[in-house]
Amino acid sequence: MSAYDKVLEARAADRPQGGFYIDLIIDRFMEMHGDRSFGDDGAIVGGVGYLDRRPVTVITMHRGNTLEERMKRNFGCPSPEGYRKALRLMKQAEKFKRPVIWFVGSPGAYCGITAEERGQGQAIAQNLWEMAALKTPVLTVVTGEGGSGGALALSVCDRMIVFENSVYSVVSPEGCATILWKDASRAKDAAELLRLTPSDLLRYGAADEILPEKGKTPEQIAKDLKKRINAALKEFDQIHIARLLALRYERYRRIGAFWGRS
Amino acid sequence: MERIMHKCRKCGRETPEDVLKSNWWICPGCGGYFRMSARERIRLVIDEGSLRELDPAIEGGNPLAFPDYIEKLDKARDASGERDAVITGTGEIGGRKCVFFVMDSGFMMGSMGTVVGEKITRAFEYAKEHKLPVIGFACSGGARMQEGILSLMQMAKISAACRWHSEAGLFYMVVLTDPTTGGVTASFAMEGDVIAAEPGALIGFAGQRVIEQTTGQTLPEGFQKAEFQLEHGFADMIIGRRRMKETIANLIDLNTARPRPADRKKPV
Repeated sequence: MSAYDKVLEARAADRPQGGFYIDLIIDRFMEMHGDRSFGDDGAIVGGVGYLDRRPVTVITMHRGNTLEERMKRNFGCPSPEGYRKALRLMKQAEKFKRPVIWFVGSPGAYCGITAEERGQGQAIAQNLWEMAALKTPVLTVVTGEGGSGGALALSVCDRMIVFENSVYSVVSPEGCATILWKDASRAKDAAELLRLTPSDLLRYGAADEILPEKGKTPEQIAKDLKKRINAALKEFDQIHIARLLALRYERYRRIGAFWGRS
Repeated sequence: MERIMHKCRKCGRETPEDVLKSNWWICPGCGGYFRMSARERIRLVIDEGSLRELDPAIEGGNPLAFPDYIEKLDKARDASGERDAVITGTGEIGGRKCVFFVMDSGFMMGSMGTVVGEKITRAFEYAKEHKLPVIGFACSGGARMQEGILSLMQMAKISAACRWHSEAGLFYMVVLTDPTTGGVTASFAMEGDVIAAEPGALIGFAGQRVIEQTTGQTLPEGFQKAEFQLEHGFADMIIGRRRMKETIANLIDLNTARPRPADRKKPV
């Protein structure tokens, strides 16, 4: 499968999204709305529920299923208030010592006048800054297409599980092709170069585990995913929070690091 | 000898380079700002003789084997005389010791790859270790595509270093200069205790062409300028070049934590 095939698969309209897995994995999920400052962004769904008997905070990007819902949810592209809602929910998770589970699967932050007016860059930056020291375990699951700072602001974590047919990139292949060659139709070439497939992500330290999908139904995948999340959280249970934060720092510190003083 | 002339983007007037250099690259005609190289900006704010560069020798390769990237890097190195898009170091600003970073739009549009990420991260780490404030000048077209996923991760890496520097009670001030966009705006450019901007600088997350193409909307006058960011609450102040150094020096003084006398004793 070429890198661009993965992109198309990750984007497929009928591909199950975070919400689908939350329904199957999380018991008694209750959605929480709003950023307490401006509004409630439909592109992000967050709330609390139980993973087996463990309370967790779960936040997902949500593209919507029908056209009408997609419009309402802005095709899963969050606005600043979406990032601020996510921030509010993760700070609450920290307070009550619940792990945070992110689901990533939409192309990235909304590009528009209103988003700029309300500080899209600041909202993303604030999340990155807060997540670096969030005193609770954080786990990210990439189910579809994740891209740019808009996805990163919902995925800084201690462990990243990526679906076999998901991608995660600095820029969309179309965007990259437009910038480099002024030709969006060369997205296929760009996809190969950007190193956005799960095995690339593992090699460069951005992701930790690949969840196989081949020959499995979405329900079976959900079951496997639940097992993996439980295993990771059990592992984190044994690590003091100060140590966990130090490990989180190292996780990002070593990506693209140069060794030695010069 | 023929003098090199530069044309002001605002009023169109042509001014000789030596005149601009002695005028902080401000147009004598309309007061508009030209872009400055990182070296010139260092001259503007860092006390003469106090500069010590950190990690000057770090030089990036082509980690993803991206076609034509090495050629682009070589060209940028030749044109700018720098190894990459940021200079970091220690120095004094009006006698106040600090760590600084200055990005250079003349090097691949100040784009952020692993070298920029590593150097700024090290600058924050050094400042934390030596209990120094960080003064940064941002200027960037965003993440460097040619380093793909590695570029994206530098946003998280620098943000983490910035956060732990802040946790140590230390001051970080960032000045946003023309242009500050993309992944830099969405990370350390918006994480300062004080966020200042230069007059007229373009500051935003999404590029203007992208917004126009995605939404079909016409952008309002002054959209994403420094003044727009001030009005919308994303910058503390706009600082002109002539007052840059003294303003930063004052802010360093004001933003140095001083223990309250009562807190020096054991709590009762």
